[in-house]
Amino acid sequence: MLTVENTIKWLDLFADKVAAEKDYLSELDQAIGDGDHGANMSRGTAAMKEALGKQNFGTVQDVLKTAAMSLLSKIGGASGPLYGSALIGMAKEAGNADTDLTSIVQAGADGIQKRGKAEPGDKTMVDVWLTVLHALKEGKLTDAVIDQAVQATAPLKAKKGRASYLGDRSVGHIDPGAMSSGYLFKCLIAGGIL
Amino acid sequence: MTRKYGVLLVSHVSKIVDGLSLLLNEVARDVSITTAGGTDDDGIGSSFDKIQAAVNANKAEEILAFYDLGSSKMNLEMVKEVSEKPITIFDTAFIESAYTASALLQAGVSIDEVKKQLEPLKIK
Repeated sequence: MLTVENTIKWLDLFADKVAAEKDYLSELDQAIGDGDHGANMSRGTAAMKEALGKQNFGTVQDVLKTAAMSLLSKIGGASGPLYGSALIGMAKEAGNADTDLTSIVQAGADGIQKRGKAEPGDKTMVDVWLTVLHALKEGKLTDAVIDQAVQATAPLKAKKGRASYLGDRSVGHIDPGAMSSGYLFKCLIAGGIL
Repeated sequence: MTRKYGVLLVSHVSKIVDGLSLLLNEVARDVSITTAGGTDDDGIGSSFDKIQAAVNANKAEEILAFYDLGSSKMNLEMVKEVSEKPITIFDTAFIESAYTASALLQAGVSIDEVKKQLEPLKIK
């Protein structure tokens, strides 16, 4: 169950993790993209953390909405609209009275797919979001499940995003967006929110 | 007289849209052409805020939008969803289609005809 406190904790942990792995994320992106995923994500999540620390929030929806706007306007790459759409979808779902974490994550995945039009197997963050969603539904989300979902993007050929221009050359590399999404869900576990 | 339809150019690089608008202004002096290039700090990328500002700055009532790569389109779509001005996004060859649209709008060609002529330039 998400609360104002644990949602902020979750997103703060995510910002810290992204900051710590900034160079690694960019390294992954250098292989098959434009090499800025680490810089973009750390700029966006740092702005998000700052925005979340600045005010008192009454609802989970407000927390997620504020986070969404920071990510949307500060990331500056494809991940801005993607994470922004995910969190806008999650914020909307969090406004429903009888919602739970699984439906909120579902709304986030729907937001990403609506924006980026990626399907499972396209070697994008969608692969991680949908695997996590499936595991959440079964009550079996663990770090290992997340790691496996991220690693599973490596053998795929990219069909969406900057990596898709590389065609077969994209095979053999982990998708950077899948990796950063993996961090997001690992922070859910690390924050004790599950 | 400013045309009813304006042109919006969105690119990852500000110099790309600056250069492209030079090219278009030469043939479309009465078409309002506004641009959003790069990130807020003028890095390479796309910016929701810059796109929104370029939509607001455009003098036309309706906007035909052209973009270079995927994240420009995603940011454009998000701006479109919150914009009061109608925006049509074209998945067409960036330079050729922006040029075609601008030249045709300047010539006073109907919007349906402009869209028809852009159709074969669809590449994404």
